[in-house]
Amino acid sequence: MDAVLLSRIQFGVTAGFHFIFPPLTFGLTFIIFIIETMFLKSGEEIFRKISSFLIKLLGLVFVMGVATGIVLEFSFGTNWSTYSRVVGDIFGAPLAAEAIIAFFLESVFLGVLIFGRARVSRRVFWLSAFLVFFASHMSGLWIIVANSWMQTPAGFEKVVVNGVLQKVTLTDFTAAFLNGSTIIRYIHVVLAGWITGSLFAAAIAAWYLIKKRHEEAARHILKVSLIVFICSALLQLGSGHAHSVQVAKTQPEKMAAFEALWNTTTGAPLAIFGIPVESEQKTYLEISIPRMLSLLIDLDPNSKVAGLNDFPENERPPVLLPYMSYHTMIGLGMLFIGIAFLGGVLLVTGKLYTAAWYLWGLILLAPLPHIANETGWIAAEVGRQPWVVYKILRTADAASVVVPAWQILFSLIMFSAIYLLLFMMFIMLLVKFVKTGPEEVREGGY
Amino acid sequence: MELSDSVYQIIWFILIGVLFAGYSILDGFDLGVGILFPFITTDDREKGILARSIGPVWDGNEVWLVTAGGALFAAFPLAYATVFSGFYLALMLVLFALIFRAVSLEFWAHDEKRRKIWSWAFFTGSLVPSLLFGIALGNVVYGVPLTEQFEFGGNFFTLLRPMPLLVGLLGLVAIIVQGSTYTAMKTEGQVHERARLITKKMMVLYALIFISVVLSTMVYMPEIADKAMVWIFSALVIISVGAGWFFNSRDRNGGAFVISSLSFAGLWGIAGSIHFPNMVRGAANHAHSITIGNSSSSSLTLKIMLIIALIGMPVVIAYSAYVYYIFKGKTTEA
Repeated sequence: MDAVLLSRIQFGVTAGFHFIFPPLTFGLTFIIFIIETMFLKSGEEIFRKISSFLIKLLGLVFVMGVATGIVLEFSFGTNWSTYSRVVGDIFGAPLAAEAIIAFFLESVFLGVLIFGRARVSRRVFWLSAFLVFFASHMSGLWIIVANSWMQTPAGFEKVVVNGVLQKVTLTDFTAAFLNGSTIIRYIHVVLAGWITGSLFAAAIAAWYLIKKRHEEAARHILKVSLIVFICSALLQLGSGHAHSVQVAKTQPEKMAAFEALWNTTTGAPLAIFGIPVESEQKTYLEISIPRMLSLLIDLDPNSKVAGLNDFPENERPPVLLPYMSYHTMIGLGMLFIGIAFLGGVLLVTGKLYTAAWYLWGLILLAPLPHIANETGWIAAEVGRQPWVVYKILRTADAASVVVPAWQILFSLIMFSAIYLLLFMMFIMLLVKFVKTGPEEVREGGY
Repeated sequence: MELSDSVYQIIWFILIGVLFAGYSILDGFDLGVGILFPFITTDDREKGILARSIGPVWDGNEVWLVTAGGALFAAFPLAYATVFSGFYLALMLVLFALIFRAVSLEFWAHDEKRRKIWSWAFFTGSLVPSLLFGIALGNVVYGVPLTEQFEFGGNFFTLLRPMPLLVGLLGLVAIIVQGSTYTAMKTEGQVHERARLITKKMMVLYALIFISVVLSTMVYMPEIADKAMVWIFSALVIISVGAGWFFNSRDRNGGAFVISSLSFAGLWGIAGSIHFPNMVRGAANHAHSITIGNSSSSSLTLKIMLIIALIGMPVVIAYSAYVYYIFKGKTTEA
């Protein structure tokens, strides 16, 4: 196998594994902040116990995120050194800013949350919970800035020598920071994180209610996390739509791949299901809603949507993987709205805590937001191919030239083995923490 | 205010040095604690105290590395790209180690059946980067083969030449001393006494290795003898090591830790004075050295980054100091 492909697989494995944890952090820090606010206002012990319990889970999630995150920062230099040379003038800054503005804040005050309950006042503790919540979301912002610039680059000029792109240099910081997609992609990812973390917490509470353990705590956790879940799942419909429209406007070939729209079509249909076969330019078993894609993108059922054939062959993304992952994500998003709707009805009618079928449903569905996150990310990144920076630099030209393939194969095998071990440990400790529960949780760290 | 390109480059050279020095001093002590972890303790109670002494802060300390790496990427992308791709295998070892180090304290605390494994994982995860960081620094300072395109022209074994290895050992000993002085400061009883004994022995080793590094560098790069800063920082290191030894013998542990940290800052001062204005020295042909001039980002990027750093880092240092203050004093049982 060649080095570029191996580096792509390695980035996929390491970033994909890392991406299990930050969305959980988004959701958990948000819920912990809400519970701490309730504790600050009411002073009721039960909220302190719930918060300490969730902080313990957050500690585990966070340490996994830290361990797997540093790999990614290094990998731009180790595996993608040509990329780093060409775009370092723009791409390095958000990573450094992320550390200075967000990651320090998050790490330092998480130390207070985990170890410092007995050492600080309630107000300082609440403030620490807020800062961890705030900083984790700031951290996500800078990462999304960096990634969005790869999707819709702006605020730069090219330095070309003898027809070869040497590097791009920053000309307008605000334009590069906001580019065409940062804000909508950030909202989309934050909501995805809230969906992930809130369903995670709700599932734990559901399990306690079924087992009739820690029932008072479980009712509080379920109520708070379900409300967060309902709001996020509904808002995600809007953000998902807006993000898709943005993709259609700024990266039309990506949208064409998402929808397997081979030819430019007036009144384009919205694909619901199908199996696109690229070699035949045909989608088998296709189910679609006529004119819906045009309507969604342009608010006009008869508008023209560009098809893949409109783009040069060497600038078209692959179709099957983006198509499948994009539609999986959307299908799951719709499922979450359904769960949210049912949960809302049960909450209002007061049957939530006893509806065993629904509680079991929450437990079984809790891993699904991770599938939605990963498929959404795959759709976004594979749909950008063959570019690493859209229309600027090809992925094939971005890898390190001095690293032999066998070394990448070695590190890929090692990362896979280590991450498998880490994942098993994560699940094992998670189960252990949940079994211990909020009543017996020990404060003050290890 | 408009500064010229070279002024921004010089400022960033110094700032990145400060970030790496901050990392060495802060994460240095918890890396050192990790290296001492299996040896300085006899039972889980003592290990628990040691783990809790660094538990609230190690992660914030590691962010100094993330920041330094990010700043290097942002300010001198060419140097970042060449070193990180050129030292691929060595950096992968560092990453594997840092992954285990990050999780192994958490696993040690909660996976009681396999405490022995996690204790050794914490040790290995701390030892490997402590040694390899120094070796990597030694290589960029003494020089590595660079091609005309500023790509690394050596292989893994290029990195293991005697001079960089010696610098690696120096870094390792300095980190162990950071760990042992911190442990003495944060613990009582048996662990405290063992830590002091280790400091006492390691300070001697520190001085010996330091002197051999200075002497062999004088032979290898005689031109550095003309640089006054090298002598000033060398004096700082020697005085610090002596003072650290003295404070430790008087059982003044806070003083010993501060002095040990000062010696580490001195080491970075020496490295920076020798290295400037190089980022990566070309071993075969100096014309190919990667310098702050030929590897830097545009002045606009350097300027924006400088604004972020000048506002951000004092705030970071202030709240970090506050959190250290929250956890001040001897670490006790849970």
